[in-house]
Amino acid sequence: MAGSRLSRWFDRKGWSDLIVGAPYIWLLVFFLLPFLVVVAMSVATKTSTAPPISWGGEVPLVSWEAYARVFGDGLYLRAFLTSVLNAAVAMVLCLLIGYPMALGLVRVAPAWRNILLMLVILPFWTSFLLRVYAWMGLMGRNSWFNGMLTDAWNVLVPVDWAVRSIPMMNTNFAVVLVMVYTYLPFMILPLYASLERLDPTLDEAAMDLGSKPARVFWDVTLPQSIPGIIAGGMLVFIPAAGELVIPTLVGNASSPMIGRVISDEFAQARDWPMASAVAVVLLLMMVVPTMLYSHFQARAEGSK
Amino acid sequence: MSASEAGPFLKIEGVSKSFGSFQAVRDVSLTVEKGEIFALLGGSGCGKTTLLRMLAGFEEPTSGRIFLDGRDMAGVPPWNRPVHMMFQSYALFPHMTVAKNVAYGLKHEKMTRAERDARVAEMLDLVQLTPFAGRKPHQISGGQRQRVALARALARQPKLLLLDEPLAALDKKLREHTQFELMSIQARTGVTFIVVTHDQEEAMTLADRIAVMDKGQVKQVGSPTEIYEFPNSRFVAGFIGSITSFEARVTGREDGLLAVEVPAFGTRVMARDVAGVTEGQAVTLALRPEKLTISKDRPEGPNAVEGMVKDLAYFGKDSLYRISLPSGALVQAHAVNARRGTEAARVADWDDRVWLGFDPGAAIVLAE
Repeated sequence: MAGSRLSRWFDRKGWSDLIVGAPYIWLLVFFLLPFLVVVAMSVATKTSTAPPISWGGEVPLVSWEAYARVFGDGLYLRAFLTSVLNAAVAMVLCLLIGYPMALGLVRVAPAWRNILLMLVILPFWTSFLLRVYAWMGLMGRNSWFNGMLTDAWNVLVPVDWAVRSIPMMNTNFAVVLVMVYTYLPFMILPLYASLERLDPTLDEAAMDLGSKPARVFWDVTLPQSIPGIIAGGMLVFIPAAGELVIPTLVGNASSPMIGRVISDEFAQARDWPMASAVAVVLLLMMVVPTMLYSHFQARAEGSK
Repeated sequence: MSASEAGPFLKIEGVSKSFGSFQAVRDVSLTVEKGEIFALLGGSGCGKTTLLRMLAGFEEPTSGRIFLDGRDMAGVPPWNRPVHMMFQSYALFPHMTVAKNVAYGLKHEKMTRAERDARVAEMLDLVQLTPFAGRKPHQISGGQRQRVALARALARQPKLLLLDEPLAALDKKLREHTQFELMSIQARTGVTFIVVTHDQEEAMTLADRIAVMDKGQVKQVGSPTEIYEFPNSRFVAGFIGSITSFEARVTGREDGLLAVEVPAFGTRVMARDVAGVTEGQAVTLALRPEKLTISKDRPEGPNAVEGMVKDLAYFGKDSLYRISLPSGALVQAHAVNARRGTEAARVADWDDRVWLGFDPGAAIVLAE
């Protein structure tokens, strides 16, 4: 029968293998292979040909020079440090701002919840670049925003400290501010997801056993939301550490973040091995903690 | 003697609670004595859980007052009440071990670490969970979780323990065992228990006294026997156990008994007198199946009705008969199978003509 032949054709084991294998194929083609290309480039030698790399010359054909410079040259280490620091500060600020917002989303009347969730996601509807430019306008010396902050500053501090405007643009402060603004939803959403799952009767049980609401938060809500904090923290920290656009537009060019360094090595210096080596080190810095986290997470869930 | 010892231990005085336009609890007044197991019994939405939450302090009464050991509980937050609750879902903290769960309430007591550890050990011993002290709630069974919840609620030695459907989440076999365990733990600790349940059997076996609730109101308060044998309303009679009821009319009083005309029986029967009913009043006559006798010959005594066996169900230790009366009404009667024998030994079989008899004292007359 034709029907059964057709269904047999659909039921063949090959299809299920393909469906299961698709994500792996995707990862292989679009992540692992390109990454291996980057690794290969990082051990090549810089040349003035096009493309500006070669593996020629004497055995062993590879050169570790780029890695030696990443760990030897203070410029790169400082860029790593600046990136990690900025990303860490942005992550902590996102957590401090995002946690109360996520908690509010969970505790608010259900009718309001969807509207507020919508408002959290709403900024994504406008172009990211446009929003960064808007911040550049706000932080500029002649903007009403800067003027307002300057006036407030001048009122609060002694006359000697008075300033004509607050220098905000092209500082790490500006980078962190815009990163916090940009990445806040990535903190709020996983926090909301983990807080929303919590059983409110646990709060009542803690209160019933003598804990005041602040204590209930500390004993019951916070420990149970740790997976959400970690997920949100990684979603903010990882892209923030490798951020290129924000530091380029509002950051301090004399203390660049690592994304800027990679971009400059590729495009300006045309030193592909160097750019690749920095990229590989950055990736390892991000991947190792993530893998450790998933490992412990899987072990914790396995014991359930 | 202080004032608090003179009055009842727990006094609920005209308490009502509304959520918007919905009145969950209407003008409930109850007193509970120290050391009692008191059950709030009713179907879902009858207001029993709301009443319990007001005792715990999670809800404030819209009107009325609650006194515990002489102290007005109005405005006292849950964390300051000497009242602990065992939640229906148990509400164990999933990120803490069994021992940490039990110790949780003790954090707020002024006690040394050694004293606290000793109390936790004592509580775990009480509920026989000492070997499981280091486990997390998801690593133990449902029955064990229930005992952890009980130990946690008892650890701070509350004056009042509230149990919200304590046995509902357990399977039947475990439920019976746990029921007796709860009673023995209550007896050993002397803590006053208030149990909310929708299960009449659970209320009957556990409680010293039961309050039957319906639509936010308390319909009747009494011991299990009083509630079962002397219900004061059609609702209570129908809610507890099975019963057959008939429309009836009071025709008079004779020899301290009430004469009642029952159209469905086509005759007059005698029933235990009830205060407050007058001649000519429309009432309900209710009969419990096990209070009826079935016989081939007309029984002695004033109450006898003839009918036909329409249906019979054999359960082993007893049989349930459904007798159809000439008026078309159906009566349920239980017969205990006290003698061993085959089908032939039955008092009656399908389509047999039989007589139903009952003692005047067993007939329940309900005015409302």
